[in-house]
Amino acid sequence: MSTLKIPVRKFDAVIVGAGGAGLRAAIQLSESGLKTAVLSKVFPTRSHTVAAQGGVSASLGNSEEDHWHWHMYDTVKGSDWLGDQDAIEYMCRKAPEVVVELEHFGMPFDRTDEGKIYQRPFGGHMSNFGEKPVRRACAAADRTGHAMLHALYQRNVRANTQFFVEWMALDLIRDETGQVLGVIALEMETGEVVAFHAKATIFATGGAGRIFYSSTNAFINTGDGLGMAARAGIALEDMEFWQFHPTGVAGAGVLITEGVRGEGGILRNSDNERFMERYAPNAKDLASRDIVSRAMVTEINEGRGCGPNKDYVLLDITHLDPATIMKRLPGIREISIQFAGIDPIKAPIPVVPTCHYQMGGIPTNYRGEVVNQDGSVVKGFYAAGEVACASVHGANRLGTNSLLDLLVFGKSSGDSVVEAIKQNNVAHKDLPENFADLTMARLNRLETQTDGSSVNETRLELQRTMQKHCGVFRFKDMMVDGVAKILEVEKLVAKTEIKDKSKVWNTARVEALELDNLIEVAKATMISAEARKESRGAHVRDDAPDSEAFPNGRNDAEWHKHSLWHREGNKLSYKPVNMTPLSVETIALKTRSY
Amino acid sequence: MARTMQFKIYRYDPDKDNAPYMQDISIEVDDAVDRKLLDVLTKLKAKDDTLSYRRSCREGICGSDAMNINGKNGLACLTEIKELKEPVVLRPLPGLPVIRDLIVDMTQFFKQYHSIKPYLINDTPPPERERLQSPDDREELNGLYECILCACCSTSCPSFWWNPDKFVGPAGLLNAYRFIADTRDEATNARLDDLEDPYRLFRCHSIMNCVDVCPKGLNPTQAIGKIKEMMVRRAI
Repeated sequence: MSTLKIPVRKFDAVIVGAGGAGLRAAIQLSESGLKTAVLSKVFPTRSHTVAAQGGVSASLGNSEEDHWHWHMYDTVKGSDWLGDQDAIEYMCRKAPEVVVELEHFGMPFDRTDEGKIYQRPFGGHMSNFGEKPVRRACAAADRTGHAMLHALYQRNVRANTQFFVEWMALDLIRDETGQVLGVIALEMETGEVVAFHAKATIFATGGAGRIFYSSTNAFINTGDGLGMAARAGIALEDMEFWQFHPTGVAGAGVLITEGVRGEGGILRNSDNERFMERYAPNAKDLASRDIVSRAMVTEINEGRGCGPNKDYVLLDITHLDPATIMKRLPGIREISIQFAGIDPIKAPIPVVPTCHYQMGGIPTNYRGEVVNQDGSVVKGFYAAGEVACASVHGANRLGTNSLLDLLVFGKSSGDSVVEAIKQNNVAHKDLPENFADLTMARLNRLETQTDGSSVNETRLELQRTMQKHCGVFRFKDMMVDGVAKILEVEKLVAKTEIKDKSKVWNTARVEALELDNLIEVAKATMISAEARKESRGAHVRDDAPDSEAFPNGRNDAEWHKHSLWHREGNKLSYKPVNMTPLSVETIALKTRSY
Repeated sequence: MARTMQFKIYRYDPDKDNAPYMQDISIEVDDAVDRKLLDVLTKLKAKDDTLSYRRSCREGICGSDAMNINGKNGLACLTEIKELKEPVVLRPLPGLPVIRDLIVDMTQFFKQYHSIKPYLINDTPPPERERLQSPDDREELNGLYECILCACCSTSCPSFWWNPDKFVGPAGLLNAYRFIADTRDEATNARLDDLEDPYRLFRCHSIMNCVDVCPKGLNPTQAIGKIKEMMVRRAI
């Protein structure tokens, strides 16, 4: 098929992805009357936001005094000072507004006795600039993401949003000036390839947690937005920073929310010791995720792991009132019974740090506009949620800030699009002549490949390489090897072969196309990680240990900057961290402890 | 312990098959790692990439991998492999058109869900802060809002098989009651009016297949009973 034969559909805006960020952006566009197409690989309520459990942060102060400025401080500190302070201030100030709005949309939050939104403690949430834990995580039991995603979808049903369900976007369309003009997408049911020609394109495609072998992420989290952006020449920011959630069910990888510790859960080693007291005397089990994950791995490495292979630790809630567990953590009980084979009312849950969240992504500003290295915007292109890097999470995200991120930046990206299209009265720019050549070449290669590599085995090779060479603790030599290995895997990805040639619901083709995206993310991660010669947040390497000159191994003089990975030539460049908040004073660099 | 398991799987690819057929497949299963049916399906797909089914979260919250397993609807990711009788017979959800293999066309199911206006209706200008709701009033939504729209219930319901275009079905009705039961929703009467119809609500004959299959342990029959009760109460 040549580019000429591809059907073209015109919309004011196209949103790729219908998880929390995509749905929140869609509300802004639909309610403003723009002709909008929302593309999703899965029915919207099956997006991975649905699996978020513990809560969404906002300084509502429903149970005790709280302030957005404290939330901002915690987020900057959590990010190990790599987050941009303008974007962080914007997000934390907007939090109460977007959470209340969500309640108005119908979100079934749990309630306090006064009928307000229920809030629970969470890792790294403190009052008065790091003094003591504060209840800031707004929750619907331990199903906050499910309740939120359904409420957002429902609001879109009300707004008559036009969805293209089970359509996979394949590539970004850019013209010679770099302006983004839409996407090319595949309808999974029919195999038809269609161009969506738009004045504005919002990526809300989520993360790529599936680059790791052990991940809390859904099968669909394959970094499609990142792959498309990278192939279209957009640099990816801070891709070395991946969050390993402390509590994935050992073996299964399924997430156990930090809200369990918020409700009083305790981590124990094989000596039954509450070991977090040694690592974070103040916040203990509610220290930031990177700190807790490293403490757990240290315990395991030093022989204090539990179980026959001493390869996990225990999350204990047996001391909690069973009624509290049934009311506040019913989903966790279900998951423990299903995936760990234990009832947490009676026995502790075996847990290990598991890949969970990508802090980096497509560089944007707080308006959701995609930006070049110099801060100028990429015309017509927006991103929000996990795929984007605003950057509010820096080197380590605070629990519950992901759901907040997608609400705030889903909304702001939507508002930016409405403003750009309505006020500036933008018209559709002509599509370049060969706009679909790359996509068609990829599809044709896949159709005709013989003697190729297996998609399944190549993906496993990629995941095992990332797990081994770029995990919770990183080692210089292992990372150097890891870069070489991932570049070998890339060669296999370039010649994947599928047996299924059907046009109808061809999942083999979809998985091969997803692998094209996973490899871009894996390269970006491995190469950015190998190059960053310091420890910061979730990126901790053996040759940058804690020292007097560099507390926690952090080297601000050389490395207080964002990485940008460019696909072309695997080059890296760097840009400064924004230390200038919108209205308050800079939160100055400081050594991080909990 | 590795052992060989027998499967019989419904196969149909409209691009090459004239008619659907049942395929016999055997596969090595290791009970230590292959705990759920979805784990084994993943293994089967690694061997034969043409086998088609939906899946995503693999933890029972996204609702993608609903199918008919040994005659009963359920989620592959929550089904214990050890508890399955062999040969394990896998079919697409009954009562909806099959697109390919275990993938059904869910248009009709979602159409019914959309028909109950699944969103909060409250035209009173909202306060600056959250609308208040007592913990007891919020409690009323438990057992309702947790629905994952997997369609296990509706596609196990004979009334839905007969009248998928007219009967809302258990999933839609459970969600209708989710909004009726919400103290913040102001459209209770309009919602009841809409359901007071020989087909939309009253095709439910309390067969309770829905309750039997719901992977989240929800009870649509009870929700339907409460809707009927409210209709009776407002009539007198």
